[in-house]
Amino acid sequence: MEGLDLDISAGNMVLIEGPNGSGKTTLLRSLAGLSRLGLTGSIARDCDELLYLGHRAGIKQLLTPRENLVWACRSQGWNPDTIDSALERVGLSGRADVLCQHLSAGQQRRVNLARLYLSFEHQHPRTLWLLDEPFTAIDRDGVTSLAATMAQQVQRGGAVVLTSHQDLPLDIPLRRLVLGGAA
Amino acid sequence: MSASDVSVGAFLGASLKRQLLLAYRRPVDTINPLLFFLLVVTLFPLGIGPDPSQLAEFAPGILWIVALLASLMAAEGMFRQDYEDGSLEQLLLSPQPLYLASLTYTAAHWLVTGLPLTLLSPLFATMLQLPVAALPVLMMSMLLGTAILSLVGSIGAALTVSLKRGGMLISLIIVPLYIPVLIFAAGAVRFAAGGFDPQPQLLLLAGMLSLAVALAPFAISAGLRISVDAG
Repeated sequence: MEGLDLDISAGNMVLIEGPNGSGKTTLLRSLAGLSRLGLTGSIARDCDELLYLGHRAGIKQLLTPRENLVWACRSQGWNPDTIDSALERVGLSGRADVLCQHLSAGQQRRVNLARLYLSFEHQHPRTLWLLDEPFTAIDRDGVTSLAATMAQQVQRGGAVVLTSHQDLPLDIPLRRLVLGGAA
Repeated sequence: MSASDVSVGAFLGASLKRQLLLAYRRPVDTINPLLFFLLVVTLFPLGIGPDPSQLAEFAPGILWIVALLASLMAAEGMFRQDYEDGSLEQLLLSPQPLYLASLTYTAAHWLVTGLPLTLLSPLFATMLQLPVAALPVLMMSMLLGTAILSLVGSIGAALTVSLKRGGMLISLIIVPLYIPVLIFAAGAVRFAAGGFDPQPQLLLLAGMLSLAVALAPFAISAGLRISVDAG
């Protein structure tokens, strides 16, 4: 990845595309400030808050969805009283107290995605969402509902940067960034 | 207290609760070091002969070397799960102070490894014929010493968590830092067993613990940042 000049402002929805190995995850991690190794150049970030959902699920197999989300809320300084409604949004309200290791791959992804709804609830409208493959293992209805939330986030002054291999069912302007071939 | 103090406190409480819950649901990480300890302490009398006076002479050294190795075993996997499942990334991105979070993780780790070892140490010591009079000092040295070992071990665990085979490297990093603990802790027990005053060694251990509590979280935080960056 070379000579990349990207300017993301409030209200932007950026879709990063490219073949496997083209650096989509690396770019997202750099934007989040997690990864600086091998980075030449600079990243200036002037947003109020940030939410990063990586391709690793970020949830504990030995905890229930609710326990996972309580920690996720506390780590962000949010009040966990909205967890029930977030779990309902991702269709897991009946499974809130089952250990995550007994949930399917898609359901585990949904636990992670519940953070988007929590962020929407608690974080500043001008929050930058960095989402790495958010639609992996999610069914069609889930994708539609997620995309709608992303659209809302963009419309209220936030910004969304995501990687995905599938097309978004959205009717809002989308900026596409296509990264080059695999190294 | 301001609102953000409350939020930090709630986060640290939630982290402690989460780590203890995880340890409770996967007890093997707690039990393994204890079993290792039991195994070695059982083997020693068979190896060097059952003569009580000879065993008693070696007991302080044996107990502390085994405690050190058990702690090394326990330290290695400390951040592994969090690294692999992505929780560590979330921790680094969270607005909460990483220094206090590192300290909380280490405290939780000590509660499920160092504390059980401290509580069971009189039993193991009796198997090695350590004089009963030295047991309180042994427990005191274990209490202080295992806490230092947990803090130092966390530094090594944080630095090597992104490596697939970090086992050897973590030993090289932290064993040199374990040595002062071994010298003073085993020394305290030996003094107590011989009828001398072990207070100087115990105070030195307490001093080392204070230093480790104050400084280790900086090193742990930096280690975690480097490891996640490299991952």
